[in-house]
Amino acid sequence: MSGETGLTRSATIAVLVENEAGVLARVIGLFSGRGYNIDSLTVAAIDEDRGRSRITVATRGTEQVIEQIKAQLNRIVPVHRVADLTAEGPHVARELALIKVVATGEPRGQALQIADAFRAKIVDTTIESFVFELTGSTDKIDAFLDLMRPLGLAEISRSGVAAIARGTRTII
Amino acid sequence: MNAVTPSAELPLSGAQILLRALKEQGVEVIFGYPGGAVLPIYDAIFQQNAIRHILVRHEQAAVHAAEGYARSTGRVGVVLVTSGPGATNAVTGLVDALMDSIPVVCLTGQVPTHLIGNDAFQEADTVGITRPATKHNYLVKKSGDLARIVHEAFYVARSGRPGPVVIDLPKDILINPAPYVEASREAHRSYRPRTEPDRAQIDKAVALIRSAKRPILYVGGGVINAGPEASATLRELVAETGIPCTNTLMGLGTLPASDPHFIGMLGMHGTYEANMAMHGCDVMLNIGARFDDRVTGRLSAFSPGSRKVHVDIDASNINKNVVVDVPIVGDAGVVLRALLDAVRAEGARPDRTAMAAWWRQIDAWREKRSLDFVQPREPGSIIKPQHAVRRLYELTQQSGRDTFITTEVGQHQMWAAQHFGFERPNRWMTSGGLGTMGYGLPAAMGVQIAHPDALVIDIAGEASILMNIQEMGTLAQYRLPVKVFILNNQYMGMVRQWQELLHGGRYSESYSQSLPDFTKLAESFHAVGMRATTIDDLDRVILEMIKCDRAVIADIAVDQGENVYPMIPSGAAHNEMLLGPDKSRNNAEVTNAGMVLV
Ligand SMILES: Cc1ncc(C[n+]2csc(CCOP(=O)(O)OP(=O)(O)O)c2C)c(N)n1
Ligand SMILES: [Mg+2]
Repeated sequence: MSGETGLTRSATIAVLVENEAGVLARVIGLFSGRGYNIDSLTVAAIDEDRGRSRITVATRGTEQVIEQIKAQLNRIVPVHRVADLTAEGPHVARELALIKVVATGEPRGQALQIADAFRAKIVDTTIESFVFELTGSTDKIDAFLDLMRPLGLAEISRSGVAAIARGTRTII
Repeated sequence: MNAVTPSAELPLSGAQILLRALKEQGVEVIFGYPGGAVLPIYDAIFQQNAIRHILVRHEQAAVHAAEGYARSTGRVGVVLVTSGPGATNAVTGLVDALMDSIPVVCLTGQVPTHLIGNDAFQEADTVGITRPATKHNYLVKKSGDLARIVHEAFYVARSGRPGPVVIDLPKDILINPAPYVEASREAHRSYRPRTEPDRAQIDKAVALIRSAKRPILYVGGGVINAGPEASATLRELVAETGIPCTNTLMGLGTLPASDPHFIGMLGMHGTYEANMAMHGCDVMLNIGARFDDRVTGRLSAFSPGSRKVHVDIDASNINKNVVVDVPIVGDAGVVLRALLDAVRAEGARPDRTAMAAWWRQIDAWREKRSLDFVQPREPGSIIKPQHAVRRLYELTQQSGRDTFITTEVGQHQMWAAQHFGFERPNRWMTSGGLGTMGYGLPAAMGVQIAHPDALVIDIAGEASILMNIQEMGTLAQYRLPVKVFILNNQYMGMVRQWQELLHGGRYSESYSQSLPDFTKLAESFHAVGMRATTIDDLDRVILEMIKCDRAVIADIAVDQGENVYPMIPSGAAHNEMLLGPDKSRNNAEVTNAGMVLV
């Protein structure tokens, strides 16, 4: 499509959906079927009473492709609302990561210092390993991982982005 | 509905509740094929008379029949198939309906809920398989949801941009008692398609119409889906403004072919004047079309000097292929009405002198007579396929019968689109988006069921017709007098044409070897077989076919070497058309980039 040329941007898109079987498959199928990028995707029920879930997709593309993604998401029958948090104003986006570092001796000490500087929590420890819990922007987590890599980074589990608009605005 | 409270009667089974919901939705006909998982529904069908069941011979045909029924009536077509292979056989039809925005509800059987996921006999993950093949689909897991889901499925299928909806029905849900609920009048929880356009956008479009010097209306299937009134409004808008109008393959019939403002179909095999006018216009009004690649040709060269209005009920079609200046999301009929009212109220017609000059230009393009062909008249001459369609058109017109045309896919489909004139909407059924060979015969069946007294003709190719030929049996069973008009060129002509033009004339596997004797084949299916081998037979065969009150296969031997022209080769622009083999090859050369396109 002609949208392949032009500047790309990233977009954090919040999708409010009916909490029903298959809706996540529809969203994922849309991205794979039409060749859109998914950088991360999170989903959870947010409102048991009304039976709604919230999906947050971090994606990239040209302005035209991002408009397409939003329009295509809006077409899905059990989708209530699609909000481009990146475009609609200031928002906060956070990710949680659990990071296992296996190290002894000097690297172990360095890992601890870096974790402290990033305000990572130690949620598990043995004499040769740590599991750090880190919350922050995707960039912050990426930076942390880059620093840990030479120090014995062994395993990563990331939640993907959860995001919400700043101020009084809601998408509900 | 009779206001009987459910508790006052014997509890109804899920299958009975299903039929009751279908009845409330106004369903009169189901196209289906039985099997173990749907036996409870067949049992319920047996015990009632309100809904008629048409037994097809293959589930794909059931969906195409429902499509033909839907497109010729504007109603939702209904399909019933069993689990596993029944459902997978229906998939091609579902995708066809999805691509062409045809409202269909397809009921599929499923193994009982407790066996789902166990690889049970004839189990298939039908909702998984059909998720990208439908507008929406449902698996009914609780009897309490059944009636509501049926009502909702009809609403989703017919509203907004119409499309196919699957309801997967586990066998226990069909057998167990279920409560009935009537269709809700409340809005759907999440799905609310937009039909009313934004007023400000209408004003912008009207301002463009007023300022236009070389405007064009580019009208597609959305106007058909908006109902016959939308076509009537289009006619008025054209009469009011004098704007030339071209149709997509799916839009044929929205403006009468005989209207002098009609400049023919556009796109790959569209007329010279339609494509040149698209290329040279200064204001383009796209009503209910989607800038399909068969229409635009090379995107970078598509209508470079125009400002574009795009009316579509599906916002995702807007700015998908072509970036437009005035997007309008709404129902094509509502928007046309709003445009017409505004044009009238404000006298917003394009400038007279400019329009006269524009029409002189279009008439000059028309002079190229891009659809012309030469039919030798000496006795014994071979029939040109275009001539066969022309005569079919003229003789059916003379018959005065209300005529519906369906097609298969290939050269014959393009010749039908080019040479058969449609005066009214809903008379032309063809597989546009998916291009499904085997569509035409079952679609014609569905049309004939809806219009028992009409003349229904499938313009076919000898290769395509074999893809659903088993439906001749259905025609016999229900005495449906469908006419199959085969343009028999003994080739997969469209494939052969591309091989000739793009692959050095290496006709790899495109010859129709070992064809059946179509007249005998017709007879063995209790239909009438006819054959025309030369120009001397053609009119007689067509007239006999029209007169015959039974199903007919008319096997028309046509010139094997004929190609569809004009043609915009893949990857070329509208003003780079090939007009024909002997009229200059123009400047179009097919590039590698063009070759990769289909
Ligand atoms: C199901 C399916 N398979 C393959 C094709 C590719 N295809 C397009 S046209 C065509 C040939 C059709 O031949 P015929 O029905 O004889 O029509 P003609 O082009 O000769 O008029 C083929 C194979 C298709 N459109 N659909
Ligand atoms: Mg053929």
